[in-house]
Amino acid sequence: MAKPLEIKTMEQLAAEGRAPEVLFWVGCAGSFDARAQKITIAFSKILNEAEVDFAILGTEESCTGDPARRAGNEFVFQMTALQNIEIMNMYKVKKIVTACPHCFNTIRNEYPDLGGNYDVVHHTQFIQELISTGKLKMKEGGEYKGKKITYHDSCYLGRVNGVYEAPRQVLENLDSQLVELKRSRSNGLCCGAGGAQMFKEDEPGDKRINLERVEEVLSTGAEIVAANCPFCVTMLQDGIKAANKEDQIMVYDLAELIVNNNGF
Amino acid sequence: MIQSIVFLIVLGIASWIAGKKFLAIRRNILLGKDEPDVVDNGLRWKNVFLIAFGQKKMFKRWIPAVLHGFIYVAFLFTQIELIEIVIDGIFNQHRFFRPMLGGMYTFLISTIEVLSLGAFIATLIFLARRNLLKIPRFHKSEMNGFPKLDGNIILYLEIVLVICVFMMNGADEVLFNRSLTHANGVEGMAGSFNFAITEHLGPMLFGGMSDGTLAVVERIGWWGHIMVVLAFLNYLPISKHLHIMFAFPNVYHAKLASRGQMQNMPAIMNEVKSMMDPDAAFADDGGADEELPDFGSKDVFDIGWRDVLGAYSCTECGRCTSVCPANLTGKKLSPRKIMMDIRDRAEEVGRNLDSGNVELIAEDKRADEKVLTADNYDDGKSLFDYITKEELHACTTCNACVEACPILINPLEPILKLRRYEILTESAGPSEWLPMFTSIENSGSIWAVPDARDKWTQLIEKENPPS
Repeated sequence: MAKPLEIKTMEQLAAEGRAPEVLFWVGCAGSFDARAQKITIAFSKILNEAEVDFAILGTEESCTGDPARRAGNEFVFQMTALQNIEIMNMYKVKKIVTACPHCFNTIRNEYPDLGGNYDVVHHTQFIQELISTGKLKMKEGGEYKGKKITYHDSCYLGRVNGVYEAPRQVLENLDSQLVELKRSRSNGLCCGAGGAQMFKEDEPGDKRINLERVEEVLSTGAEIVAANCPFCVTMLQDGIKAANKEDQIMVYDLAELIVNNNGF
Repeated sequence: MIQSIVFLIVLGIASWIAGKKFLAIRRNILLGKDEPDVVDNGLRWKNVFLIAFGQKKMFKRWIPAVLHGFIYVAFLFTQIELIEIVIDGIFNQHRFFRPMLGGMYTFLISTIEVLSLGAFIATLIFLARRNLLKIPRFHKSEMNGFPKLDGNIILYLEIVLVICVFMMNGADEVLFNRSLTHANGVEGMAGSFNFAITEHLGPMLFGGMSDGTLAVVERIGWWGHIMVVLAFLNYLPISKHLHIMFAFPNVYHAKLASRGQMQNMPAIMNEVKSMMDPDAAFADDGGADEELPDFGSKDVFDIGWRDVLGAYSCTECGRCTSVCPANLTGKKLSPRKIMMDIRDRAEEVGRNLDSGNVELIAEDKRADEKVLTADNYDDGKSLFDYITKEELHACTTCNACVEACPILINPLEPILKLRRYEILTESAGPSEWLPMFTSIENSGSIWAVPDARDKWTQLIEKENPPS
């Protein structure tokens, strides 16, 4: 039986005189993008099922500033970053989990220079820990048993922050058959969204990057491609659509696979 | 005696010219800014041992790694022989180390011979890879012209060098057989050096030659060896082959901060902090009169010297470009070209500085300053004359180029610094980025969405209506 899910904000908890163990940083995509919202809800359900004491910032959260900084706009980055840090420091935030590797990277690696020091984990690492500590019980023989799943390393979780194993360990719990992409781990190919590419047309070229990646994904013959980043999910989805292979393969975030497997 | 004098003159002139050129390169590198990075000398030395000496990252592609390994190890070992050649040349000796090293000498020279043969074969394969096999990374547009020729020249010189080693040792072996070698300790005796390859190769190739011809072949080999080395020394400063030296300092100085951490800009951070702090807003008086400084980088003067060092260390192997998602999908961006452009620009500025041309003094400083220096330099050009905006805009910041470089060159850093200049100083950049900037600034989100940020929580209620 699924446990009733209610999302509390830091503000609400503070009013009750409480502070949660962990702040769930939702991010812009997770908050507003219809596809990514599903990932946000899936991860919330996992936190809830594992009885994690968490809250979100809600309307007090702003963009971490990653795309602005990488586009070159340091002013906009500093404005939004310093505001976030001020709020998180006010709530004395210690631990943060996020389902977006860009938010993860920026808060983890760039906020310390601005006065924001937190223990930041990506949701795939968090889920892996919940499973390995027994807080999250995996249903055996779920709907992915024996199915071919491939995994796309996002740049900012993988090559930039060196997290390759946790997501793979999570996938192993699905009893599925993990097929690696030709370019994986530190050699993983970008989906094409990073560095603020998400917000503009491509420069002139032969091909879109997501299509290049999707061709590789399709060549594995997998039924499912698992991702760990809302932007990768969008890019892969678009690429699969452009290749007219929507009936062949589905794109899911790892959190969604866990929820579907366990039937939360 | 005459040989010693000629040798000293040749060595002196070659070293002098090369020395001047290397000092100019040092000056060019230090045109760049000193930027903060993690202080951890232990880790830096560890990188030098594993990545520079140990070639650890080369083994991401094992075929070129093994071939390159032969040439590299042969190069390292040949330095021993080279020291001997210099001593012999100056003091009119022949095989100076031989008596003092004894069996060790035979072993060392044999090792050098075996490695040289390996290097010879590797060089031939490299020539084939560059010219016959269509390996895409060797045929990108930035390789047209000198870079392609450069790659081949080095390989040809390498072949000449190995041939000289075998001529020198092979002919000397036959001379020794005939008790005619001048080698220290065995002059006038007959015997064999027992060097692994020339013990057999020498008599095979040169056994039929007259005593006089042999002496000439041996000298051609000896002089040829040192001349090629001195030619190399003077060729390195204009060649991609400079990596044989610069790879080591470049690895030592490589960025240690996380790949995911862009350099902070304290000036902007403090500005924004004072904007956010109502008490501080008026505390900083006089700030309004100050001219706004340029942010980001537009030229070699305002990128980091680490970036320029990287540019000089680049051997144009193209591993970065061959994994760049933008380049793979036909965009103009090539991380290798970015590094080549930085070097070309640094060279241009260096040449102009050497010329002392006072017309290159910035116009507003010409009245007061009469000598051209890096501080008053203005030739009206910048890195943007080499690197187009189109290239900069295509970068996804995926760090594949950073991961790919065997000697820790970071092409992403200068790309991001140039982007900062375009956005912050020129207020330019792709117009599609403007709504994203505005939206973050005004509503704290990358998209301008009318909904509240936590509206998604209502979707849960829809899914499981509260009972």
